[in-house]
Amino acid sequence: MMKRKARENGAASLPGFLLGKMLRMALLLLCVSAVTFALVSASPMDPLTANIGQTALGSMSQEQIQKLEEYWGVGVPAGQRFLAWASDFFRGDMGVSLLYRQPVSRILAEKLANSLWLMAAAWVLSGVLGFVLGVLAGARRGRWADRIISGYALVMASTPAFWLALVLLMVFAVWLRWLPIGLAVPIGMDAASVTVTDRLVHGILPALTLSLTGISNIALHTREKLIQVLESDYVLFARARGEGTGRILIQHGLRNILLPAMTLQFASVSEIFGGSVLVEQVFSYPGLGQAAVTAGLGGDVPLLLGITVISAAIVFAGNLAADVLYAVVDPRMKRARSGR
Amino acid sequence: MMGPITQRRKGRLAQKLQLHNGIWGNRRKTAAVLGAVCFLVLAAVALAGWAWREEAAAVDFSRKNLAPCLRYPFGTDWMGRDMFVRTMTGLSLSIRLGALTAGISAVIALTLGLASAALGKWADGVIGFVIDMVLGIPHILLLVLVSCAAGKGFRGVLLGISLTHWTSLARLLRAEALQVKESQYVKIARRLGKGPWYVAKEHLAPHLLPQLAVGLVLLFPHAILHEASITFLGFGLPPEQPAIGVILSESMKYLAMGRWWLALFPGLLLVLIVLLFYAAGNGLSSLVDPGQAHE
Amino acid sequence: MQDGKGNADAHKRPGPFFQEQEEFQGRPQKKLHETSQDTSREVAQEVASPLLRVSHLTISFTQYERGWRQRRLTPIRNLSLELRAGEMVAVVGSSGSGKSLLAHAVMGLLPYNASWEGSISYEGQPLTERRLNKLRGRDIVLVPQSVSYLDPLMKVGEQVRKGRRDGESYSRCRSALARYGLGEETEALYPFELSGGMTRRVLIAAAVQEHPRLVIADEPTPGLHLEAAKRVMGHFREIADEGAGVLLITHDLELAVETADRIVVLYAGETLEEAQAADFRREETLRHPYSKALFRAMPGHGFQSEPGSQPYAGQMPEGCVYGPRCPLFEERCRRPVPCRSLRGGMVRCIRAE
Repeated sequence: MMKRKARENGAASLPGFLLGKMLRMALLLLCVSAVTFALVSASPMDPLTANIGQTALGSMSQEQIQKLEEYWGVGVPAGQRFLAWASDFFRGDMGVSLLYRQPVSRILAEKLANSLWLMAAAWVLSGVLGFVLGVLAGARRGRWADRIISGYALVMASTPAFWLALVLLMVFAVWLRWLPIGLAVPIGMDAASVTVTDRLVHGILPALTLSLTGISNIALHTREKLIQVLESDYVLFARARGEGTGRILIQHGLRNILLPAMTLQFASVSEIFGGSVLVEQVFSYPGLGQAAVTAGLGGDVPLLLGITVISAAIVFAGNLAADVLYAVVDPRMKRARSGR
Repeated sequence: MMGPITQRRKGRLAQKLQLHNGIWGNRRKTAAVLGAVCFLVLAAVALAGWAWREEAAAVDFSRKNLAPCLRYPFGTDWMGRDMFVRTMTGLSLSIRLGALTAGISAVIALTLGLASAALGKWADGVIGFVIDMVLGIPHILLLVLVSCAAGKGFRGVLLGISLTHWTSLARLLRAEALQVKESQYVKIARRLGKGPWYVAKEHLAPHLLPQLAVGLVLLFPHAILHEASITFLGFGLPPEQPAIGVILSESMKYLAMGRWWLALFPGLLLVLIVLLFYAAGNGLSSLVDPGQAHE
Repeated sequence: MQDGKGNADAHKRPGPFFQEQEEFQGRPQKKLHETSQDTSREVAQEVASPLLRVSHLTISFTQYERGWRQRRLTPIRNLSLELRAGEMVAVVGSSGSGKSLLAHAVMGLLPYNASWEGSISYEGQPLTERRLNKLRGRDIVLVPQSVSYLDPLMKVGEQVRKGRRDGESYSRCRSALARYGLGEETEALYPFELSGGMTRRVLIAAAVQEHPRLVIADEPTPGLHLEAAKRVMGHFREIADEGAGVLLITHDLELAVETADRIVVLYAGETLEEAQAADFRREETLRHPYSKALFRAMPGHGFQSEPGSQPYAGQMPEGCVYGPRCPLFEERCRRPVPCRSLRGGMVRCIRAE
């Protein structure tokens, strides 16, 4: 196998390194929004038919239809629309959602708040549990603990998140009746009177589903990395020097898998987000994921664009955080920068 | 005779593996046999589901909403359709669609991976940027976008899944190709005046093809799961098709009424199919991976 | 039994081949070697029981060829050697001759897919797993070959101290490093910041800080320029002179001849010759055709290298492993060749005189 080299860009100074990374991130975001815009514009779906319905359209006057077409942006070239959208976006205006008839920024803020704590809970839970299980499996390679953990991780990797959500829903909500079937708030209650407990209770199953699936990837990768470390030359030397298994695990194992584990953890943001789209749909949880599905089905271009750009920004920020962490913590990069 | 006391020491794993010799002593043979069995089962499911496609749509109100029994092991739905037959047809659809999309993805991965390794720094940078971009949008969201652009339905799923699954395999093939390119024997072949075609055929292909084969099989699980997910959300296959995503999406309405069988069995079988693909892929990779050469 | 045998053997030189010789040749071997040049050291060694004895060590792997066909590789076959306190023995062989596996076998650190048979004893007692766990890192130490044996994310000082933080560990680490000319500032460095020579010295310091009785050095010199390599070899000579046994595993015959007491020549996993280091000063005192070829390949002796190459572990010739390259090859060499004693050394060749 190839020897892992210290990253090539380690020679730059920290601010320069950060600036470069951020520039790349901005460029990526710009391209992502352009591609998204192109994709949405290429859709043969007619937003009028999708949202108002064929029959309703038929009963409308020509003027009404023209007004609606203007509203949905029918007939304007895509390039022009993108430029208009992008320049508005820079001024903080993401446009108006066609379905909700509200500014996209306001909908995003509301949905993001709902989703964020759900995703954060799943992110932390799956990260911590996945790491612990991965270390356990790697350290007990080939033994029972490893077989059980690896088996669980493989089955979870093969399970669609939405089906797991359905099963949990059947068991805990329908069969045992411990938890409510869905929605972030009980039906018939207005948002103001919702208590923290209500939110918590309605978030348990979605968060649990996301965590259960998220664990598998992190556990498998941590296990693999730890096995790689335990087979390394330096662990062989540590054993030759009479260090015990437990000490080796703490002294060398954890030290060397912590950084990759953090990178993996930041990279898992994208996966958690993808999972939340499915899980929110099953539990009718009014978060960003559900909004994305609604926007996609309804051809709500501004909202879909807003959601895509925001989620891509979150993913890129996660990657950036991992890069910064590496630059600050890894001695090989730290020393290389300070010119030694 | 006072022979020296002979000590034998073996690694725990080596000892374990030596305990049962014969076919089980050969880990690779075992893996190959298991992998072949997996492939056969998958092919059988794909065929059976295809053969039952008429029956899967057969409506019979005299037998609606039946719980699982001997006659209908997976029960029936509110239109009296046999859930077992529907599930098999859905799985068959998944496998066939998975084969198509995984194949296209693998071709894209091979093309871009090789281009990245062969065409120099500039192409490498551009392809790397595209990969970063594709990975930047959460996968499900990207599928929704592509599927929207292609107008949902069969074409949407096909394009969506084919266009979003090649990234990691492309990276893997690029790294492998670069390694071969930098290796001593390729340099020597170059110096001996061998053309790029010869190098590609004699040196590159033998290294890349096994990786490609394993990568292709391991693409299936992702392709199948994502097809089911996107269909479940309403962007994928149309509701007339008995796809697993459609079946599970419809079952949601009946869960509160306690018709658990509508969701449980189709999903369970989907998990099983995906696991079979993983097993088949692992069997194949243990045969071709030089890193696993030792027992 | 084991004990008594160990002691009985102790006065015979060279010991470990004794067994095999009797079996194959039926010839009694009692004479001490005549070519010794440092009698005082010899006498001291004769009295002590051998520190390390490896006899009939065979290490094997099962490997897959194409697809699922298996084959058995034996990178080390029937290797025997003996090491006394205060003695430095060099095992010399070109790369691929299975040298490092010998070091790992003695340390009990063979990879999990390897198995071995034969016997390894330390101070007359078989070196069992349990004994090794007590001795490893204290009495028996390994000096590995490269910087990859240091944890890349751990500072040198911390690594030499094995992560301990007590005052005694600190002072011991400091003096061990100082002994090899490494200042306090070395402790704060990460492995990737060390030069090749510094790395070797750090590895030696890390290994010997606990005053071991047996040091196994695995290829300590490659990548070093001659001066640095000589200095590293000097460190090992010093350790041996202070009373520890040093088993040096190397491909550098020239350096080995300069510093070691005895040389064991390894070829394709088998010992072909065991000789006093002094025997390598002249071609005539050597026994095996391969050793003679090695001698001629040394700088200053004509630099002649023999045609052909060492057989790969999977494709061993019948009989003598050196047969296909040997100028003295004849039909008899196709049968198994035993080891025999010759002029105070050992040789695995029927034609050697």
